[in-house]
Amino acid sequence: MSAREDILGRIRSALSDAPAAPPVPREYRTTSELDEEALILLLVDRLVDYKAQVSVVPAAEVPARVAELLAEARSYVVPAGLDAGWLAAVDDGTSTGRAAGAGTERRRVDAAGAPLGVAELDGIDAVVTASAVAVAETGTIILDGSPNQGRRAISLVPDHHICIVAATDIAGILPEALRRIDGIRPLTMISGPSATSDIELERVEGVHGPRRLDVIISR
Amino acid sequence: MSTFLGMPSLPVFGSGNLHAAESFPKAAHRELGNAQLRANLGHATHTIRDKRLQVVSELPDWEQLRDAGSAIKENVMARLPELLEQFEANFTARGGVIHWARDADEANAIVAGLIRDTGETEVVKVKSMATQEIGLNEYLEEQGIAAFETDLAELIVQLDHDKPSHILVPAIHKNRTQIRDIFLREMPDADPELTDSPAVLAMAARAHLRRKFLTAKVAVSGANFALADSGTLAVVESEGNGRMCLTLPETLITVMGVEKLLPGWRDLEVFMQLLPRSSTGERMNPYTSLWTGVTEGDGPRNVHLVLLDNGRSAALADEMGRSALHCIRCSACMNVCPVYERTGGHAYGSTYPGPIGAILSPLLTGIEAEENSSLPYASSLCGACYDACPVKINIPDILVHLRSKDVDSKRGTKKLPSQMDVGMKAASWALSSGKRLGLVEKGLPLGRLAAGPDKKISKLPGIAAGWTQSRDIPAPPPESFRSWWAREHGNPNDGVVPPQETATQGKEGQA
Amino acid sequence: MRIALFATCIVDAMYPRTAQATVSILERLGHEVVFPAGQACCGQMHVNSGYLKEAVPVVANHVAAFDSADYDVAVAPSGSCVASVKHQHPMVARSCGDTALEARATAVGAKTYELSELLVDVLGVTDAAAQLGSYFPHRVTYHPSCHGMRLLRLGDRQARLLRSVAGIDLAELPEADQCCGFGGTFSMKNADVSSAMLADKTANIRSTGAALCTGGDASCLMHIGGGLSREGSAATTLHLAEILASTLEAPASVTGDVRVTTGKASR
Ligand code: SF4
Repeated sequence: MSAREDILGRIRSALSDAPAAPPVPREYRTTSELDEEALILLLVDRLVDYKAQVSVVPAAEVPARVAELLAEARSYVVPAGLDAGWLAAVDDGTSTGRAAGAGTERRRVDAAGAPLGVAELDGIDAVVTASAVAVAETGTIILDGSPNQGRRAISLVPDHHICIVAATDIAGILPEALRRIDGIRPLTMISGPSATSDIELERVEGVHGPRRLDVIISR
Repeated sequence: MSTFLGMPSLPVFGSGNLHAAESFPKAAHRELGNAQLRANLGHATHTIRDKRLQVVSELPDWEQLRDAGSAIKENVMARLPELLEQFEANFTARGGVIHWARDADEANAIVAGLIRDTGETEVVKVKSMATQEIGLNEYLEEQGIAAFETDLAELIVQLDHDKPSHILVPAIHKNRTQIRDIFLREMPDADPELTDSPAVLAMAARAHLRRKFLTAKVAVSGANFALADSGTLAVVESEGNGRMCLTLPETLITVMGVEKLLPGWRDLEVFMQLLPRSSTGERMNPYTSLWTGVTEGDGPRNVHLVLLDNGRSAALADEMGRSALHCIRCSACMNVCPVYERTGGHAYGSTYPGPIGAILSPLLTGIEAEENSSLPYASSLCGACYDACPVKINIPDILVHLRSKDVDSKRGTKKLPSQMDVGMKAASWALSSGKRLGLVEKGLPLGRLAAGPDKKISKLPGIAAGWTQSRDIPAPPPESFRSWWAREHGNPNDGVVPPQETATQGKEGQA
Repeated sequence: MRIALFATCIVDAMYPRTAQATVSILERLGHEVVFPAGQACCGQMHVNSGYLKEAVPVVANHVAAFDSADYDVAVAPSGSCVASVKHQHPMVARSCGDTALEARATAVGAKTYELSELLVDVLGVTDAAAQLGSYFPHRVTYHPSCHGMRLLRLGDRQARLLRSVAGIDLAELPEADQCCGFGGTFSMKNADVSSAMLADKTANIRSTGAALCTGGDASCLMHIGGGLSREGSAATTLHLAEILASTLEAPASVTGDVRVTTGKASR
C-alpha cells in the first residue's frame, strides 16, 4: 500500500466515530467603520510602532518624497510596472522623467523577461514598490506580485524598502484586506522592518529582511 | 493487503524526537537546580506574558476569534481525509509535488532523496517544528548534507550544539551574554569586540548568514497553514530568513504535519489574527509569505511538500485527545505555564515542551512510550494554558484524560500495585460514604499526638514525603465538622437534619 | 432559602471552623442550613490523578447525598470542589457509561454554588460589614485560587466581599493569579516543581507584610500555610468564610487557627 493510501486509511479509521463538523461561528468583526482620515492615522501609528518611517503626502508630492528618500542610495531597483511618474524627481544622473522600463546608472529595472540576479540585487541599496492593500489595525502592507510590486526577491534583498500605499488601498482590519486579495498570487505581508524577539523575547528591529522600511501614504 | 473500509485499525504511533528519556520529575529536579536557567526563563516568560495580554486586550472580538478558530480546527479534523485530497489536487495542479510520509524515518528519507536529486550538499532551513520532530538535521548530517538553521534562535541552538527548549524561541533558556559567548566561540567571522546588545547580536547573525542565503540552491521549511481550497502554503516569521529561504533558492522542500490544513482562504483571517498576538505578542508578525505551487518568474521552480503523519492519525483516534491537533504552535501555553517557567523545555524531553507538549507527545507516541507517561502529570492543572490558548484546546482536561489512560494501561500489569494505587483505592473506599469518612475522621485526632506539642507534622513517609519536603501539615482538629454538627444538630446518620439552633462560630473546636 | 452545605472532605476533617463559619454567615442572612449526612468528598483527587474508576463510587455517593428536592441550593466553601461537582462529575458518570448518574450529576451541579458566588449572585451580599456584621481588623492579602478564577470565573467576587469587611486592611498580592503549586497529588508527584512554585507564592505573600493570606480554597490555603510554617514565617492562612463570619462581638479565632497551622502554640 502506498504511504498516501496508508495514511488516509489511518485517518479514516481514526475518525470512525464520525465526529461532527460544527458550524463555524463567525461573530468576529469583518468590517470596520473608519473613514479615510482615521484609517491613515491608525496605519501610521501602527507602522511607527514597528519602527517604520512613514510620510503621508498628496499624490502629487509622491515623486518628491521618493527622490528625497532615495537621496543616499547609490542604486535602487524598481519593478517594471512601477508608475513612472513616481520616479520623475529622482536624479538618476541622466535626463529625468524617462520611462521606468528604461533603466539608468542608479536605477535598475527588474522585468519579467530579464530578472536581476541575486548577487546583483545584493549590490543594490534600495527598492521602490507599490503595494496591493494595507491593514490599518495591524500596520500591515500586503504585496501580491503585481507588475508595480514585482517579484518577491526585489523587495527582500535590498536593505532599504520604499513602499507606496494609496490611501484608498487601506482597509481597517485584516478580514477586509484579505477580501481584496487574490490568495493564489505569491503574497508577502509586511509589518514593519525585519525584526526578532529571539533574545530574551525583546523585540529588536533589523535582521535579514530590509532593515529600513519607508512607507509613503499617498492621498 | 486489502483495505477494510470503516473498520477501525490499531493506531500507529510516531517516532523521532518525541520522547522523554527520563521521567519528568527527575529531569525537572535537575533543571530546577540551574539558577541561571530559572532567571532567564522567568525574565523571558514575564516579558512575553505582558505583551500578549496587552495586544489581546486591544481586540474587542478576541473571544469570537478564538471561538471561530476552535470550530474551524474541529471542522478540519472531522473532514481531514477530504481536505487533504482537495489540498493535494490544488497544490499539484499548480506545479507542486506532494510526498506522503508515514513516520519520521520515511520523511527524512524523502527529504534527503530530494536534496540529493538536486546535486547539492548544503541546504538553508527556516525554523520548523516538524523537521525538529523528525530529527531531519541529524539525519541529513549522516547523509553528508549540511543543514544551516537560519532563524536566530535556531542558529544559536545549532551553534551551541544544544537542543531547543521552546517552540517559538528555541534559545529562550539563554540570555544575551550567553548568546554573545556562543557567537564568539562558534562563529569564525564574529567580531571579537561583539557586545551583548540584542541588536548587535542580530546584526552578527545577519552578516554570518547573508552569503548562505544568497547562494543557497535548496531550502527546507515548515508551514504554519495550508489552504485546502487553493493549495496555498503559509509561513509566518519575523526576521526575513523565511522570505530568503522561500524566495531565493531553486528548490523548496516543505515538511508539514497533516493537521495544519485550513479549509480555505477565509479561515486565514481568523488565524492571522490569533497567531501573532498569541506568540510574540505583536499585532502582526513582520513577515508572512504565502505561495501556491510554482509561480512562473517568482520564487523556487521546484516546490515539494512532505505531508507527515508520524502519530497524528493515532492522536486523532483519541476522541478526548484529538483536539491537541488544533495547536497552531503559538507557544502561549508554555509562556504562561508556571511549571514550564521553572523547569524550562528540556525537562519535557520531546520537541514539544510545556503544556501542549505534555499532551501532544504522549498522544503522538502512545502513553506507554519511554517516559512519556510522566508528562501528563507535569501540571498543577491551574488552567492558565487553556485560558491563553488561541484555539481553546482544553489542555487540563486532556492532561487528566491521559493520566487516566496511564493508570488504566498499568492496571493489572504490575506485580505489585504502587503506593499511589493503594492509597487511591483506600481513599475511594473512605470517601464514597459519609459514614466511613466519619469513622476515619474519628481516628484523625491521633494525628495530634503524632504532631507533638507544636501542632505541626513535618515529616511523612513514602510518596507523602513529597509534601513534607517543603510544607508542614497542620495537626488535625480535635473534632471534625461532621461530628460537631451531629452534636449540635442531631445524628448525621438520620439523613438531612435541620439545624436546631443558630450555630455560633468558634464555640467548639478548640481542645 | 434552604441551603445544603457541602463541607468538602478537607474542611470537614481538617478545618471544621471554615464550615462552621459558612453556616454562621448563611444563618445570619436568615437562611436555613442543612447538612446532608451522606456526603463525603467530590472525588477530584481521584479524577485529577487518573483514577477514574475509583472516582465513580465517590461521585455516586456525592450525587446520592445531594440529589434531593429537600433544599434549594447547595454551597461549598471551596472553588475547586464546586468546579469538580459541576464539570467533572458528569464526565466521570459518562466515562463509566452511567447515563442516569450523568443526568443526576448534572442536575446537582446546576444547584451547587461556591460560597462567594452564592453570597454575591444569589443572596445579594454587596457589603459584608453592613449585611453580615463582618469585622476583621487585620492586614490581609488574598490568593484567588486557580479553579475559582479559571473554572468558575469568580472574577472579583471574593475580593469585593473582602474589601467590604469592616476594619480589614487588604494588601494586593503580587502575581496573585499565579498558581500556588498545590495541584493535589501534583504536590507529591512533582514535589520539586510544586515547591518552587510555592516558594514564589510565599515570598510574594511575605512581601505584602500581611499577617494572613486568605482565599476560597482550603486545600490551597493548607498548602500555602504549610509552606509559610516551614519557612518559619509569622504569616499564616485563613479561609475567607472565617473572615466574613468574624464580628466585633465574636472575632474570628485567629490565634486558634494560627496555632494549629503554624505551631505558634509553643511560643
Ligand atoms: S496549545 Fe494552544 S497555546 Fe499552546 S502552542 Fe498550541 S495553540 Fe498555542
